[in-house]
Amino acid sequence: MQLIQLIIDGVASGCIYGLVALGFVLIYKATETINFAQGDILMLGAFVAYSLIGILGMDYLTGFALTVLIIAVFGFFLDAVVVRQIIGQPAFATVMLTIGLGFIFRGFASIYWGTDIFSFSTPFSGKITEFNGLIISYVNLSIIIGTAILMSALYFFFTFSKIGVAMRASSENQLAAYYMGIPVKFIFSLIWSISAGVAAVAGVLLAPITLVDTSISLIGLKAFAAAVLGGFGSIPGAIVGGIIIGIVEQLCGTYENYLFEGVREISAYLVLILTLIIYPRGLFSDKAEVKKV
Amino acid sequence: MRFIFKTKYSQDINIAKHNGDRFWYSLLILIMVALPLVLDDFYLGEISYICILSIAGIGLMILSGYTGLASLGHAAFLGVGAYTHAFLLTNGIPFYASIPIVIVVSFLVGAVIGIPILRLTGMYLAIATLALGFIAEHVFIKWEHFTGGNRGLPVPQPEFLGMSFYDSVFFYYVCLVFLIAAMFAAINILRSPTGRAFVAIRDSEIAAQSLGVNLGLYKALSFAISGAFTGLAGALLAHYIGYLAPDIFNIFLSLTLLLLIVVGGMGSLHGTVFGAIFVGFLPQLIAICRDYLPSSIGSQPGLEPMLFGLILVFFILYEPLGIYGRWMKIKLFFELFPTYKRQTFKKQKVFTKSDRV
Repeated sequence: MQLIQLIIDGVASGCIYGLVALGFVLIYKATETINFAQGDILMLGAFVAYSLIGILGMDYLTGFALTVLIIAVFGFFLDAVVVRQIIGQPAFATVMLTIGLGFIFRGFASIYWGTDIFSFSTPFSGKITEFNGLIISYVNLSIIIGTAILMSALYFFFTFSKIGVAMRASSENQLAAYYMGIPVKFIFSLIWSISAGVAAVAGVLLAPITLVDTSISLIGLKAFAAAVLGGFGSIPGAIVGGIIIGIVEQLCGTYENYLFEGVREISAYLVLILTLIIYPRGLFSDKAEVKKV
Repeated sequence: MRFIFKTKYSQDINIAKHNGDRFWYSLLILIMVALPLVLDDFYLGEISYICILSIAGIGLMILSGYTGLASLGHAAFLGVGAYTHAFLLTNGIPFYASIPIVIVVSFLVGAVIGIPILRLTGMYLAIATLALGFIAEHVFIKWEHFTGGNRGLPVPQPEFLGMSFYDSVFFYYVCLVFLIAAMFAAINILRSPTGRAFVAIRDSEIAAQSLGVNLGLYKALSFAISGAFTGLAGALLAHYIGYLAPDIFNIFLSLTLLLLIVVGGMGSLHGTVFGAIFVGFLPQLIAICRDYLPSSIGSQPGLEPMLFGLILVFFILYEPLGIYGRWMKIKLFFELFPTYKRQTFKKQKVFTKSDRV
């Protein structure tokens, strides 16, 4: 029973990792760059939600929707104005650029909102439900359900909508997509905006658990483990990878005595390194094997 | 414009290309040696710190600037060097024996970590080194027998050549000697076949491979050499700080090292020194900026990371060759005076490069 309880908690935190990883994967599939600032965008999302819901006193759902919208627009212009300039430069330049952007966001957040820890009330805070002796908090439930809704929405968007198909085409082959009349640059900025929006969703869902401060941007780094485990470039892989990481983390935390002290904090990174060494293509990769020397 | 008329083949591999170089670098060394006559202890301490940063920068430059492998966890090597040095000194090993052991240990750590990791390319490598940096930080916290954990580890300041490390003039000379030695070693590594192989790997892995460069071996070697330089810097840093705590060697320090080489100029050893001067004086620069800003903004702790990020983004976007690149441009402008063309340094775009198969 305790095991099932742990797994449920793990799935909930894993969903957050999965959502952030999803942001990496969307951008990576399209532009072959990795956005190291994804965690910082998540943090901005949580802070904007705090401003709207906690300070301005908006309704939770309205505030949620508005936050996602604001961050998505922000993501669009982030690509259109800054990141696009770096296309064609070596991978190192993108890594450094997005790391620098992450620092700017974090610095901005701590200047604008301050370095205190904030919280805002949600309809889920503090409520739990019991099911066969399992204790499930509403917050965890909201994360799992929110992720499920978002995933199915994205699935339908990428499968049936015209823009979604155009995005997949641009990811597959930029040049061919361009010849077919798809505005590739615009589509890439849209992908950035979706990715930022997904991060904002993750940030708002996460806010009741971790509370809002600048350190939550570190989640972005753990989400790398999720993305790599799922095979960078696969959308279901990102979520499954995230859930696995979440469960592993919970289990490592509980059975710390049998392993070694402090294993919980680094378990995600250990999984990441082991995946890269043993099975670098990841679980769900649709590409050929990661290039090896 | 100076044209070098070569009369011997050996001129191609001279360290100093012409007498002008020889003159200016000798003058620079003389000035550096004479500095303690002019400056007080505070500035000597700052310049010692800049020397240490430069040595670490040389390490990262060999890896990132010359071999083209990004490392986001290089503070781990600083940590390995610092802790090994402190541990050896505590156990009574003298300074002159401890430094070579530190270099060998960091070299081996680099090689051991490098061999499995370096099969990865590009982004995967960046992510893996980032994760390694975090794991190293936790190892420093948890391996209390060796590192003292969160309590920290005092660094003994032994006598060396009859002088104490507390004497800032002596410490300055130690750092300066190690910087010159490290620079000399790096120049020689980079003009040897090994260094040429590194540059070949950076420019095109496929071309390097077809010329007979063993990619795995040379990448691991680059990682190990880089680790050795950074470990040496870590040992000196241990003396500079005096008391080691695990949270010194965090991700922020790794990123500071990256900022150093980006601002200094990727792919040049001059750049490491320029970058180290910049990074070393950045806290002072920020302190000055704080005075001119309204106090509501100036007193914020978030100002530092924000400026850090802004500088990084600015250099990546507008001056990808860093301070040294700007210096080259200015120099060329005056050498070619009326005929300088902006296009000489135009960024080359590479559209065909792809990780996909």
